[in-house]
This record gives sequence, C-alpha cells and structure tokens, in this order.
Amino acid sequence: MATFFENREIVVPGQLLAEGRYRSSFGTYVSADDEVFSALVGLAELRGNTVRVVPLHGVYIPREGDRVIGTITFVAGNNWKVDIGGPYGASLHANNALRKPYDDDISKYYDVGDVIAAEVATYDRTTGPYLSMKGRGLRKLKGGTIVEVSPAKIPRVIGRKGSMINMIKDKLDIQAMVGQNGRIWIRGGDLDSLQIAKKAFKMVAEQSHTKNLTDRVAQMIDEELAKLHENDENEETEETSALEDGEEVEDEEEMEEVNEE
Amino acid sequence: MSPGEEKPDYLINPEGLRLDGRRPDEMRPLELKVGDVIRNADGSASIKQGNTYIVAAIYGPRELHPRHLALPDRAYLRCNYRMTTFSVPDRKRPAPSRREREISMVIRNALEPALFLEEFPEAVIDVYIYVLQADGGTRCASINAASLALADAGVPMRSLVPSIAVGKADGTLLVDLGDMEDKYGGGDVPMAIIPHTESITLLQQDGSFTREELLEAMRMGINACKVLHERQKDAIKRAYVREPGDDDDEYEDDLEDDLGEAAIPGED
Repeated sequence: MATFFENREIVVPGQLLAEGRYRSSFGTYVSADDEVFSALVGLAELRGNTVRVVPLHGVYIPREGDRVIGTITFVAGNNWKVDIGGPYGASLHANNALRKPYDDDISKYYDVGDVIAAEVATYDRTTGPYLSMKGRGLRKLKGGTIVEVSPAKIPRVIGRKGSMINMIKDKLDIQAMVGQNGRIWIRGGDLDSLQIAKKAFKMVAEQSHTKNLTDRVAQMIDEELAKLHENDENEETEETSALEDGEEVEDEEEMEEVNEE
Repeated sequence: MSPGEEKPDYLINPEGLRLDGRRPDEMRPLELKVGDVIRNADGSASIKQGNTYIVAAIYGPRELHPRHLALPDRAYLRCNYRMTTFSVPDRKRPAPSRREREISMVIRNALEPALFLEEFPEAVIDVYIYVLQADGGTRCASINAASLALADAGVPMRSLVPSIAVGKADGTLLVDLGDMEDKYGGGDVPMAIIPHTESITLLQQDGSFTREELLEAMRMGINACKVLHERQKDAIKRAYVREPGDDDDEYEDDLEDDLGEAAIPGED
C-alpha cells in the first residue's frame, strides 16, 4: 500500500501511481499485480483510496447526462443528426425534443446549421449517443458565438461551483452556456466584451493546470476592460456622432431579443 | 550512395570510437519537443536524433472515413510514415514507396499494444509521421516521436514506447546507428519496448548475428530504451510545467534554452 505521486502532480502514461488496494478510476489502469498506472498525461489525484488522472488533453467522449452544445448537420425524417464534436455523431429524435403534436416537417423547428443545447440521454459503445432536449435551459441557441476549448478543460472553465464561469459572466455582463463537449456559447454585451471573454476562455484552457487561475483571469479581464475604457474616451472625442447612433440602435435590438427568452 | 559519399575505411577507429566520436554504447544527441509542433493537430511532437529530424502529428480519435474500414470493437490506428523529397541527399521520389508502406505498418504494430484502442470503437486515430531529414534510425525515431504525440493528444495508453536500433560494425555492437554505420555495417536490430513490463513491441533484424550477439544486442537495446524513456517523460513534463504568472513569451524562451543545451552536435 503506497502511492508514488504528489497530489496534482503532472504524470505521464505508464507512470506507476500506486500499488496495493487502491481503486483505479478515470485515466488509470491496473496491472495484474494490483499496481495502478497512469494512462494519460494529466494531473494525478487521490480521493479516499481512489486514484484518478485529470487529463490535460483529449477528445469528447459522451456520458449520459452531459449537457452538450451541438450543430444540426442533417434532418432525417423525425431525427436530427447533431455534431457534438469528438469521434461520434449524435442523433436527436423529435419525440425527445418537441411537444406533441409536431409538424411532419421537423426542419421547421431546427434546421441544418442551427446550434442547440441538449443533453446526452443514452450512450454506450454499441449505439451512438442519443440526445434529449427535454430539460431546463435546453433550447436552440440563437445568435451569439461559440468558443471551442478542449473538453478536458471544461471542469476548469466552470470552476468550483461555477466560480470561474460566473466571474467571467458577471465581469463582462454576458450570457454564457458551457457544454461538456468543450463548446462554450456566449452572447450579449458588446463585441469587445465577447472578445475579452474569448481571450479569458483560451487563457483558462491553456493554463488549466496552474494555480490561482481564477484570480489571474479576473486580473486579465480588469486590465482589458481598463484599456477599453481608455480607448472609448479617446474615440468619443474623435469619432463622428452618426456612427455612434448606429451602434446604439443595434445594441437595443440585441437587448430585446435577450429579454424575450 | 549519394554523389561525393564514400565508403569510410573504418567505422570504428583504433581508439574504439565511432565516426562521429561516440563510444559503442553511446546514443546520438537527442532533442525532443512535445506539443505545439503542429498547432492544428490534436497532438504533435518532434524528434532530432543526431541528424535525423522527424515530426509526428496525431488527429483523433475521430470519425473514420471510409466507413467500411471501421472496427466494431476498437479504434483503427492509421499510421502514415512519409519521407519528404528533401530528406535525403538524392531527391526522394514523392510517390509512396514500398518501404514507406512497410515502415508505416511496422510503426502501427509497435504502437498498437501500448494503446487502449478499445475505448473508441468505430473511430480512427490518424498518426502522420514526416521525415524531414533522414540520417539513419528513422523508424525507431518515428516510434519515439509518435508515442509522444499520442500522449500529447490525450489518447489513453499503457505506456510510452521508446525505440532504438542496435547494430554491428567491424565486429563491435553499436547502439543507435547513424546512416553510414547502417549502410556499411554488418547489420542492425531495431526494437521498441514497453518499459515497465519489458515487453517487446518491435523486433526486426537485418544482417547476421550469432545467438550471443543477438542477446547482447537486445540487452543493450533495452538499456538504451530505458534511458530514452526517461528523456521522453522529461520532454512531456517540460511541455506542461509552467510557473503561474509567467508570460507566454518568457516560457518559450526557457524551453528553447533547455533544448539547445541537449543538442550540441558532435560533442565529446
């Protein structure tokens, strides 16, 4: 009975993590002699007597109950085919998405190219993932933009009890929805805050294995916002007022759409 | 043989040193880089082993096209080893050669036992290996680089796979053959292992060896693989260790300094 790593140490595939009666969890495997090895490059963690490795990279592997953000790629009878990233395409049956009775032509509701938030209803290795859209907040995502990060980084993007994502949302005054498949949908605010949000998510993804990340991301956002305000003050004196009017109108439209939902 | 290249009078000089001054059991200077070699790939790595320079890129696990190749119980590992036209002194013809197809297969067979392919049924993991400069030992160097790139892509695997060739010249066993030793020596034994179980995933032989020589060559090879394995582990860890608050630029500089030291050609 011994472990051979410090908590949250970076380990590599084939590295001996523990021997004796330890339980092997995600990212690890056990040899015939009860030795636990790492199967991934990641951060090793011991919880109780369970050893696991939090990956630093990897594709999205669906799990039941995951909330994902996908793009409709095909409308087939009463099914939609949905790209959710990773090696497997998903399907969404109209019965799991719409209230009955629904029209025969389901492309009325969601069509190719639409972005949806859905939940993985069932998945095993023999059948592809099946999605469901019955649930709170599961809907078509109108407008906005999508930032893609590695699915392995999503826990860090959310943070402990949502600390990271809520901080970014509050500071920049935007809406955001995070899918377990590594896609983050953001909308609202102005273009500049969306740009800063993108930068913030990329920063989280790149430095997910370092400490005090939330504080540093917050600091980065503050600095960027400060820069923006400086620029605004300069621009206000230089730009013509006609352009500003145009921008304001656009902003109002955007607000209305948000309020509808 | 390329123009201007001549068969050397001896491969081992009277002091027992090799053409580039190495001792028989000494490896060529090694330089490994993990991640950010090919930015668009899911995982990538590069290796400089002496004058051999190879990059490897991993895509996937992803959906397999054409679909009929899909395996119902595991992922399909598709290895693609290619030599660039400028990798050798004579221009290499760009068409895929018999040799390239064979080495692709050899690499796939060497890597497959180390991977948990059964976690991704019906999918494919694409391994692209490009030889930018060939100077002997490309198949072994390719396996070294590919296993690092696979780890970088987050593909679950039992172990990294270090690989090296042991050969023979003028009656002496030599570790990590260079191009000249390969061409004019008496044979070579490329091998790849899974270090902690000492399982052998690749063992080939070219030339003739006595039973004792072969056993000794394998022993030397396994030792060299273990040294290589430590370097592989270091390379991965170095790619991720980054102090909080460090600027990206500073980090890049640190990395380059590290690599520069490891790769002084012709040292000793």
